[in-house]
Amino acid sequence: MLSKRIIACLDVRNGHVVKGVHFEGLREAGDPAALARRYNEEGIDELVILDVTATLEKRRTMAATVRAVAREVFIPLAVGGGIASLEDADAAVEAGADKVSINTAALMTPSLIGDLAARYGSQAVVVAIDAQWRDGRFAVYAKSGTVDTGRDAVEWAREAATRGAGEILLTSIDRDGTRQGFDCALTAAVADAVSIPVIASGGAGSFDHFVAVFTEGRADAALAASIFHYAEHAVRDLKQHLAMAGISVRMVLGS
Amino acid sequence: MIALIDYRAGNLTSVRKALAFIGAKLWTPAAPEELADASGVIVPGVGHFGATAALDEVWHAAVRGTIAAQRPLLGICLGMQWLFEGSEEAPTLPGLGVLPGRCVRLGEQGDSPLFRVKIPHVGWNSLDRREPSRLLDGGTSGMQAYFTHSYVVPESTATVALTTHGVPFPSVVERGLVFGVQFHPEKSADIGLLVLRNFVAMCG
Repeated sequence: MLSKRIIACLDVRNGHVVKGVHFEGLREAGDPAALARRYNEEGIDELVILDVTATLEKRRTMAATVRAVAREVFIPLAVGGGIASLEDADAAVEAGADKVSINTAALMTPSLIGDLAARYGSQAVVVAIDAQWRDGRFAVYAKSGTVDTGRDAVEWAREAATRGAGEILLTSIDRDGTRQGFDCALTAAVADAVSIPVIASGGAGSFDHFVAVFTEGRADAALAASIFHYAEHAVRDLKQHLAMAGISVRMVLGS
Repeated sequence: MIALIDYRAGNLTSVRKALAFIGAKLWTPAAPEELADASGVIVPGVGHFGATAALDEVWHAAVRGTIAAQRPLLGICLGMQWLFEGSEEAPTLPGLGVLPGRCVRLGEQGDSPLFRVKIPHVGWNSLDRREPSRLLDGGTSGMQAYFTHSYVVPESTATVALTTHGVPFPSVVERGLVFGVQFHPEKSADIGLLVLRNFVAMCG
């Protein structure tokens, strides 16, 4: 049976892992390769390296960081933040990314999704959607949550899947950094609308929040950052908690 | 040296990095005749079966030659599907045909009911060993590997492990020195490295 995936997000700026609260007020949390190694030993299923400020600052993904992680950690690795062209994606893939995550660039140029899928296969294309409940619907925001695109998250997820996205990385702006739990209503709405896997993100504060997003939220995977960064053995303990709750997860022996 | 065949089906960086990590010596042959020097052959790949069109009859003959010379062959994901006779994903394109049957879309095998599962099958899933396996030697029960695919190889006497996503499908095949894995060992943490080490050891 397919396991629910637990994904650690390394929000990276200038080669260091940081974690924002509502995309602002960044705090230091560690060296990306060291964190990746620790998470891998504890049984994390996948890593996302995200340049949290790249879109605003128009900087490209840090190939050196990706290389350092990919050299010794052999689990799926996605890279996002400021990937706006095939050339940006090439650089990330060449550095060792298995998947590229695109957000604002996909909204501005939706054909980029299909172009990337044609180049690397759909399995390599993650469309990241930042959404917020507003005026009775889930509105899609661009540029690190600062610009309301006027689009509906469910409708945009459907379009992304049709255009060749392999997965949807869905972040609740309302919950991001709050530790109040994932937005299960948002996650379920998108997961029910598309046939590709949906990764829920934003709001993880307790292990029960993961149970909720895998049951009520019908997520295929859940992504978090700070809940893993600051506690020893958080990944292993989380998986044990999920297994006890009857959720299928990959356990790593000896960790 | 092990030949890692690059036919432009996906990115080889991850496979190269994982093999380098375990100390395997490999190169990417520029032409099929170079396979004569190979101690083993790996056919990686991800994506559409149509991409295997780049492996023409000359490549087919060269790979068959390495099998005849008792050199181990490992197909990964799309590379595993290519070992069979063909695929419904690109029906007119022949596979290598060293294993019997044709690949079909997951959930459409035989009379099996299609359960409500997401296609593509993406993520970690269990390898259920059904026969002794040289690739999985040293693996624990309940071991999981990372998959990302929509098509599966047919059941055959080469099947040594099954994985279930809605319906069971062969996830590891072995016949003589011909091996195939539907998952990505280069992305399957310790289990994946174990599979690669087991294969590399057979290449001598």
